[in-house]
Amino acid sequence: MDGYSLSDLFSIVVMQGFSGLSLFSVLLLMALGLAIIFGQMGVINMAHGEFMTIGAYTIYLTSRFTETYLPSFMPYYFIVAILASFVIAFGAGYLLEYLLIRHLYKRPLDTLLATWGLSLILQQIFRSSFGAREVSATLPDWLMGSWKPTPSIDIPLNGLFVMAMSILVTALVGLFLFKSKWGLKVRATTQNRVMAGAVGINTKMVDRVTFAIGCGIAGVAGACFTTIASTGPTSGSLYIVDTFLVVVFGGTASLFGTIASAFSIAQAQSILTFFLTNAMGKVVTLLTIIAILMMRPEGLLRSKVRR
Amino acid sequence: MKALGKILGGKAGAMDLLVIAAIIFVVFPLGLDIFRLNLVGKYLTFAYCAVGLVMLWGYGGILSLGQGVFFGIGGYCMAMFLKLEASDPVSTAHQTTPGIPDFMDWNQVTHLPAFWEPFHSFAFTLLAIVVIPAVVAYIIGVSMFKRRVSGVYFSIITQAIAAIVTILVVGQQGFTGGINGITDLKTLHGWNINTDSAKYVLYFVNGALLLLSIVLSKLVLSTKLGRLLLALRDKEDRVRFSGYDVANFKVFVFSLAAVISAIGGAMFTLQVGFMSPSIIGIVPSIEMVIFAAIGGRMSLVGAIYGALLVNYGKTAFSESFPTLWLFFMGLLFIGVVMVFPEGLSGLYKVHLEPKLRQLLTKARRKPASSKPSIENAGA
Repeated sequence: MDGYSLSDLFSIVVMQGFSGLSLFSVLLLMALGLAIIFGQMGVINMAHGEFMTIGAYTIYLTSRFTETYLPSFMPYYFIVAILASFVIAFGAGYLLEYLLIRHLYKRPLDTLLATWGLSLILQQIFRSSFGAREVSATLPDWLMGSWKPTPSIDIPLNGLFVMAMSILVTALVGLFLFKSKWGLKVRATTQNRVMAGAVGINTKMVDRVTFAIGCGIAGVAGACFTTIASTGPTSGSLYIVDTFLVVVFGGTASLFGTIASAFSIAQAQSILTFFLTNAMGKVVTLLTIIAILMMRPEGLLRSKVRR
Repeated sequence: MKALGKILGGKAGAMDLLVIAAIIFVVFPLGLDIFRLNLVGKYLTFAYCAVGLVMLWGYGGILSLGQGVFFGIGGYCMAMFLKLEASDPVSTAHQTTPGIPDFMDWNQVTHLPAFWEPFHSFAFTLLAIVVIPAVVAYIIGVSMFKRRVSGVYFSIITQAIAAIVTILVVGQQGFTGGINGITDLKTLHGWNINTDSAKYVLYFVNGALLLLSIVLSKLVLSTKLGRLLLALRDKEDRVRFSGYDVANFKVFVFSLAAVISAIGGAMFTLQVGFMSPSIIGIVPSIEMVIFAAIGGRMSLVGAIYGALLVNYGKTAFSESFPTLWLFFMGLLFIGVVMVFPEGLSGLYKVHLEPKLRQLLTKARRKPASSKPSIENAGA
C-alpha cells in the first residue's frame, strides 16, 4: 500500500465505499424481495434474479418507447417506468405463485428445482426476444453526471439515486410489514399458519400477495440496476447466489438483519476488490460469510419465532 | 449367494442391474462407432454424480448443489497427473521454463507450485482422487451437519461453495489453467489415451467402475445404515431422539457421494482429454441433480438412464435447435417436480412393470417390494 498518500487512500476508501454502496443498494433490493419470500414463506425462488431482469427490461422498453413517441416526456419517464417494472414483476410473480409455487409449499427442495427450471426458460425468452447482447436504457439527463465534494472524490449521481431508491423501498417495506393491515396478516401467517387461518385470514391469498410483492421489489431492483449497468438475459442470475447469501447471512426473518448483511457483504466485496483482484475479493468475501454461517447457522439476527 | 442377492435388491434389483450392464457392455459397444461410444462414456461419467445424488438426496434427503466441485476434484487430480506427464522437459524444450505445464509458462510461472509436485506419482494421484474429496466433504459435512444446518440452507451453501471454487479456479490461471482448464492430455504411463483402442478400454473401465459404485451403494443401503438414512430423511428428530447421532450419518453419505462423483470426474478427464471449470460450476452441478431426478431420485440404476437421456437430449437438441434446449431443460426441471416426482423409475413401476409382469408370468406373487414413497422428501 506504499504508493498511496494518506489523502489518496482516503479518497479511495470513500469512492470504493461508494461503489460498494451502489452494489449494496441493488443487493438490498434483491434481498428484500427474497427475504420476504424465503423468510416469511420458506420458499426458495431461484428465478428471483429473472424477476430483476424483467424489471430491467421494462425500463429499457419504456425508455425506447418514450424516446420514439414522447421525446418531451423523457425527463420524467423514469419514475413511471419504475412503477411499471414493479407492476409487471408483481403480476408475473402472482401468476407464478398461482401456477407453480402453491403446489410445492411442503417440498422446499422441489421448489428450488422447479424455479431453477423456470429461470432457464425465462432466460431463454429474454434471449429470444431481446437478443443475447446487453442493452441499456437511455437515462434522463438528471441521472447523468457526478457530484464532486473534493477534487479527488467523484461520486456518480446515478449511484446516489439508486441509494435513495433502496432507502425508500426499504422504508415502504418496513411500513407495509409492521404498520399496515396486510403486514399484520403476513406476520400472523408466518408465525402460525393454522391459527391465522382459524381467525379468518385467507392464508392462501396472503401467500400469493406476499410472493408477488417480493417479485415486484425484485422488479424495482432491476429498474435501479439499469442505472448502473447494462442488462443482458443473464444479468439477474449473476446476483442470485449473492442474494441468497445475503438473506441467509442476515437471518431469514429479520428486516434489519437483511439490511446489515447486504451492507457488510457489499462493502467487503467492493473494498477487497480494490486491494486484491476482482475474483479474489469475491472469493474472500464468500468464504468469510460461509465461515461465519458455520459458526452462527441462524445468521446475524434471528427472529424469535418458534416454528 | 443369497446375501449378494439381498444386497442387489432381490430378483428385480439384480435384473435391473443386469439389463443396464448389458446395455453398457454389449448394446452400446456393438451399436455405436467409437466417436459416439466415447460420447456415451462421457455421459456415463456424469451418472456417477447422479448415483451419488440418489444416495445423498433420494435416500438421505440432503440436496447438494455442489457435486460438481467433487467431480472437479477428481477430474483435476487426474488432469494434473496427465499434464505433468505431457510436460516432460523434452517436449516442452521451447518454453521459457521447460518441464512445467504450458499454461504455467504462458502465465510467467517459473517453477512448479508445491501442490503440483506429488502428482508426478500415479499412486498418489489415484489415492488423491479418493481421499481429497472424502476429506473435503468430511470437513464441509462436519461443520454443517454438526451445527444442524440442513434443508435449503445446506443447498444454498453448497451452491455458494461451487461458485467459490469456480471463481478460484478461473482466477488462479497460472496454477490451474484458468477458464480453459487443463488441456492437451496425451499419455498415461506412456499409453496414448487418444487412440481408439485406448478409448474402448477406458469406456469399459468406466462402465465397470460405475456399476461397482452402484453395487457399493446398494451394499450401504442394505445395511442398517441404509434404513437409518431413510428414517432420518423422513423424521430426523425421531431418529435423533432414539439416540442416534444424526450428523455422523449425513457426513458419511455426503462423503460417499463425494468420492463417487470424484471417480466420475477422473474418468471424465481420461475419456474426454481435458478438465475445465465449465464442468464444475453452479450450472453443471444443478444439472447433475436433474439427471438423478429424471432417473428417479430413489433409483440408483435409474440415475444412469437419467444421465444418458438428458445428456443425449442436450447433444441432440443443441446440434439442431440450440435455442430450444434451454426451454426443454427448464420444462424438465418443472415437469419432474410437478408431474412425475419419482422420475423414470416411478413411471416404469407404475405403468410398465405391471403389464410386463402380466405378459411374462401369471405368478400370484405381489408386484415388486413397495419402495418407500418420496412424498416427504426434504420436508
